[in-house]
Amino acid sequence: MAEATATFDVRRQGSACVVDIHGDVTAGSEEVLMRAYADAGDARAIVLNFTGMSYMNSGGIGLLVTLLVRANRRSQRLLAFGLSDHYRQIFELTRLDEAVGIHESEAAALEDVSGATVTRHG
Amino acid sequence: MADIDDATERSTTNWAKKVDRLTLGSAPAGAVNLNVEGRRLTGPLQGFGTMWQKTYRVRLPRDVVEPRALIATWKERFPEFWPGGNRFYAPLTGIAPGEVALLNLALPGRLTLSTGVMVLYADEESFTLMTPQGHMFAGWITFSAVPAGDDGVMAQVQVLMRASDPIFELGLMLGGHAQEDRFWQETLTRLAAAHGLASASVQTTVICVDRKRQWSKWRNVWHSSAIRSSIYTLGAPVRLIRSRLSRSPGN
Repeated sequence: MAEATATFDVRRQGSACVVDIHGDVTAGSEEVLMRAYADAGDARAIVLNFTGMSYMNSGGIGLLVTLLVRANRRSQRLLAFGLSDHYRQIFELTRLDEAVGIHESEAAALEDVSGATVTRHG
Repeated sequence: MADIDDATERSTTNWAKKVDRLTLGSAPAGAVNLNVEGRRLTGPLQGFGTMWQKTYRVRLPRDVVEPRALIATWKERFPEFWPGGNRFYAPLTGIAPGEVALLNLALPGRLTLSTGVMVLYADEESFTLMTPQGHMFAGWITFSAVPAGDDGVMAQVQVLMRASDPIFELGLMLGGHAQEDRFWQETLTRLAAAHGLASASVQTTVICVDRKRQWSKWRNVWHSSAIRSSIYTLGAPVRLIRSRLSRSPGN
């Protein structure tokens, strides 16, 4: 099987978990990504930080779909920031942008999460 | 810095450019060209039915073929490995990112389903096709080859999909899934045979990724390639009469 070529480091930020991605995201990253997702536990939102990502192939995009399904099942939102213009276009091409909230910065993504929390309780 | 440049170049080269709608130049001779031009691409998130990940694998000896050579052959001779009765009209420039191919697929009742795919991604170890609106399913099909142990190569087809609309979902439940499994199993058997393996055993793994159906997507039925292809087939006699009348001497 393909070996993992990316790392996914999880850190808690309020009600969200930020996942810092480094390296090449491919189908071989499945196990480490899902382990990172399990570490995120009951966070209201999973925020993917693509700033340190070098490369992603179509297997990597497939993994994000699987992650999105799992997050939706647990009523968690999936957001992203740090995408280059090129990968932002890939998100649009694959229409992942219709389900993943894309932001310019971590602060903007976290603000979206807290805003959504207020809305839910309001 | 060199690594970053390399990754950027790979990204640009291997992925299709963003398009809002598919465009196809002239259709190859003999191909029925419906349900592709002007259609949007659809991934698994845009489909209606239960989401499945289906993986089909066949192991080949590495002294016969290396993974990259296998992918090169697969891209070059892609239509040859398709089961009989189905046609893949490869783009003139071959399997390359952004290229669009027409598919004419055999359906029961001598119907031909006309649809297509776009090459979403292609590198030396894999390539991925993405479906347009109206295709049987919304999703991606990834073809890849990786080393398996010390002396093997695993050729793989992986489909991540949802049936596009309620009619296709019903069709998949009533034998469509089994038919699709046979399709890819036969494709891999043909690929293996082309590399000298006469009786290859194809391993099939099916995972239900999301049991839920997306009822908000039921309107996808409007684009159904099955309905549009059937109407086109049923209209063949009318088109024939019209064409003869227009060619008759009085006109």
